[in-house]
Amino acid sequence: MRAEFTVNGAKRLLDVNPNETLLQVLRNGGFTEVKSGCQEGECGACLVLLEGKPVNSCQVLAMSVGKKRITTVKGIGSLHAPHILQKTFARMGADQCGFCSPGMVVAAYSLLKKNPKPTREEIASALDGNLCRCTGYVKIVDAVARAAEELAKEGGEPHV
Amino acid sequence: MSKYVNTSVEKVDGLALVTGEEYYTNDFTFDGMLHISVLHSPYPYAVIEEIDDSGAKAMEGVVEVLSFKNVREILYTTAGQGYPEPSPYDTVLFGKVMRFVGDNVCAVAAETKEIADLALKKIKVRYKQLKPLLDFEASEGSPTIVHDKDGSFPKIPVFHDPAKNIAAKVEADIGQFDNALEHSEHRLDHTFYVPYASHCAMEPHGAVSYLDRRGRLVIISATQVPFHVRRIVSAVAEIPVSKIRVIKPRIGGGFGGKQEVLLEPIVALVTWRTKRPAKLVYSRKEVFVSTRTRHQYRTRFRAGFNRDGSIEALHLDALENSGAYGSHALTVLANAGSKTLPLLNKIPNLRFTGKGVYTNLPVGGAYRGYGATESYFGYGQVIDMICEETHNDIVEYYKKWSIKSGETSPIFRALGEGKEGVAMNVTSTSLNECLDLGARLSGWYEKRKQYAHSAASEERFRRGIGMAALMQGSAIPEIDMASAYMKMNDDGSFNLLVGATDLGTGSDTVLAQIASEVLDTPVEKIIVTSSDTDHTPFDKGAYASSTTYLSGHAVKKCAEEIKRQILVVGADILELPVGELEIEDGRVVKKNPGRNEEVPAVSLAEICQSSLYQKRQAQIQATASHVSPKSPPPFAAHFVEVEVDTATGVIKLLNYVATVDCGTPINPTLAEGQAQGAIVNGISYALFEDYHFSPQGILLNDTFGKYGMLTACDIPPITVKLVASYEESGPFGAKSVSEININGALPAIANAFHHATGKRLFRAPFTPEYVLSVLEGKKERRSPK
Repeated sequence: MRAEFTVNGAKRLLDVNPNETLLQVLRNGGFTEVKSGCQEGECGACLVLLEGKPVNSCQVLAMSVGKKRITTVKGIGSLHAPHILQKTFARMGADQCGFCSPGMVVAAYSLLKKNPKPTREEIASALDGNLCRCTGYVKIVDAVARAAEELAKEGGEPHV
Repeated sequence: MSKYVNTSVEKVDGLALVTGEEYYTNDFTFDGMLHISVLHSPYPYAVIEEIDDSGAKAMEGVVEVLSFKNVREILYTTAGQGYPEPSPYDTVLFGKVMRFVGDNVCAVAAETKEIADLALKKIKVRYKQLKPLLDFEASEGSPTIVHDKDGSFPKIPVFHDPAKNIAAKVEADIGQFDNALEHSEHRLDHTFYVPYASHCAMEPHGAVSYLDRRGRLVIISATQVPFHVRRIVSAVAEIPVSKIRVIKPRIGGGFGGKQEVLLEPIVALVTWRTKRPAKLVYSRKEVFVSTRTRHQYRTRFRAGFNRDGSIEALHLDALENSGAYGSHALTVLANAGSKTLPLLNKIPNLRFTGKGVYTNLPVGGAYRGYGATESYFGYGQVIDMICEETHNDIVEYYKKWSIKSGETSPIFRALGEGKEGVAMNVTSTSLNECLDLGARLSGWYEKRKQYAHSAASEERFRRGIGMAALMQGSAIPEIDMASAYMKMNDDGSFNLLVGATDLGTGSDTVLAQIASEVLDTPVEKIIVTSSDTDHTPFDKGAYASSTTYLSGHAVKKCAEEIKRQILVVGADILELPVGELEIEDGRVVKKNPGRNEEVPAVSLAEICQSSLYQKRQAQIQATASHVSPKSPPPFAAHFVEVEVDTATGVIKLLNYVATVDCGTPINPTLAEGQAQGAIVNGISYALFEDYHFSPQGILLNDTFGKYGMLTACDIPPITVKLVASYEESGPFGAKSVSEININGALPAIANAFHHATGKRLFRAPFTPEYVLSVLEGKKERRSPK
């Protein structure tokens, strides 16, 4: 069957079975930027925003989403119009293999929205549900901290 | 002055990665694609007496079932190494004998993944269970023989004795060890254990295949070794190499775990037989159990040394749990010796003995560090013990006794990879500068004094500082080859085609920077295409710390030939001798022009246009290959400050400083990232990571949650400083950086723990339970003699 979902601001009809997770439905619907790392809610690679709140999409039944707004990493910024977070991630080497990056960016974006001037501890805490084996997290935390500074300079707060 | 190397340019794929644009293997989907699920053995050792797949085949949507009933049992090794591989041929794709919980029984291809999973439940398998061998220390000569007359054999002339469960054996003897030990003033003898570990690359293993419009098989795979995949799939699936194309898209980390050819033959067979696209992506549990792991190791060190600390004799005896198959068994074992023993190269009497033994447990393989991690745990502590007993400061000790530029170690020749090694001199090292800088940044001397009484105190929280010095290698000398192809485009840009495999390390970027430097052309004008066996020239793949050093050298040679051709065309246009010309900022210009002379110049775009359309018409293009005559070691010094909670057994890391000599860092940000990632993986392995098995050989902690790798909240302050040296044999002075820094955490934390408590850790991981047992002075189950 098909159901309507609101993804990155646009309404989309996606194939869905009653037992499928939001992760499966999004990926089958072409939103491959949402990554599947464990399907057990433990790695954060599939993190999306649901009504602005971060959730592991592998832990959400797609049919329960209803009209709630879904934001993937592409809803935060795109290749042609990247968000400051994405720019700092790329510039500062916070991306190695990049598989955790979409989830990391979503988690960081969600943090900065609530807390535009986080400490390093607050950044680390916000990323606690997102695993990364490549970077040792050092440059990821650096990049989020820098993005917060740059956003503050611009006087803008992130919003979707 | 370099412009494009030793510069932190942004990764060429950086923005595409962080905006989710890039495709990984599982992101590829094709019309009519079949989904594959694999049935794994529930028993550690069993013979399949019968497989009844009729129930599965009767299900609507099931298209193909693969098992020994319809797939020929061809012996091979899953290790993606150079050919002939040094790993024994002891594996078949689907066999009758199951050798560990997680071994392949059969595979089902169906219209959907749900159907494939359901179909697995309809397959009835009758097993005859055999008594499993689950203790690697009891393996040699055990009545349980893991490869019992199964025809397994070594592909190269090396020792392999499956009747005694020996997968690999390596020995080297230099000087007169026994005699020297006997005559030493002091002696020590200690045994250390490191556990299994999973690579935990965030992307699970996966492969997708389809037939192209001319009927050739295309495999898209999360692999570190696309050319080895093509060769091995050809052999195992019995499809000619000419009919196979392997593409590596973006890959979500590897760390050695994807240097194995596991899933590709399965998708290949399904597509070849059904003519339909097929996808197989492992679940996280399957990655933990059925792919490859870090080998479990026991290392025993015996040393004889003098009052001044000079070591007369050192013997490292390594016992490796190869698991059910001998993938990388021999070479990881050899590296356990060859990447540690040359560090203190003035020890006159050295012995290395090592065996890799079969068990009915998950299979070891390549894992960042590759034997060095396993042996530095003991090596680094033994040096600390010797320094303590002889009242030497360990930092000064390493400065005095470590291998210097212009020096060699007999181990380089004695321990190769399946054959004799390559004698070489070290020609670049900044280890002493690393040691000094690390000591300064970590407050080494102050803290050694400050915490000197920790061990004797009664305080609950006790602090200490410890360190370890390290080396690794850069590529496998006189074995592995890398190559590159370049051509020039109308606008002065270049296509750079490399077989080299960027697994997230940033090697596409690093290789582009090397070409940029030769051609004095911005990185954005180097268009990199990598890892496609149809379109890129051969490269051994991403392993053995070799891409920057070896593939980078091939790129440099290739770009130099392009430059030569450009200058010839430029000389023609400018009517000047080639020798007077240079490339500068995207133009060919006259070198050293007169003061008031207008500099003769022609742009690279004009040069290419001329060569394509006007004069001396020819495509400016070149290829180059490179094999290294040596494997120059990178060096590092790691310093760790800890606080031990003697009530709970928790070791808290307060500070971690690593100073690293990787020669010239082609991209310092990426090199730092390699070090930081390896350090955190090393800390995680030292403190938490382990495989817990049930008495039936079932892995119990097969999820991220139960396995417990570090998260952002767990990491201590980490300082990484690159201390450049210049390696003449590397591209622009570069050596490797990817593996070495995973080796430091185990010995440095253990030494810091000793400084804090006076006790030694002989077993990793340093869980609170184990730490408490050590603090309480409980005897080891297998205490060192």
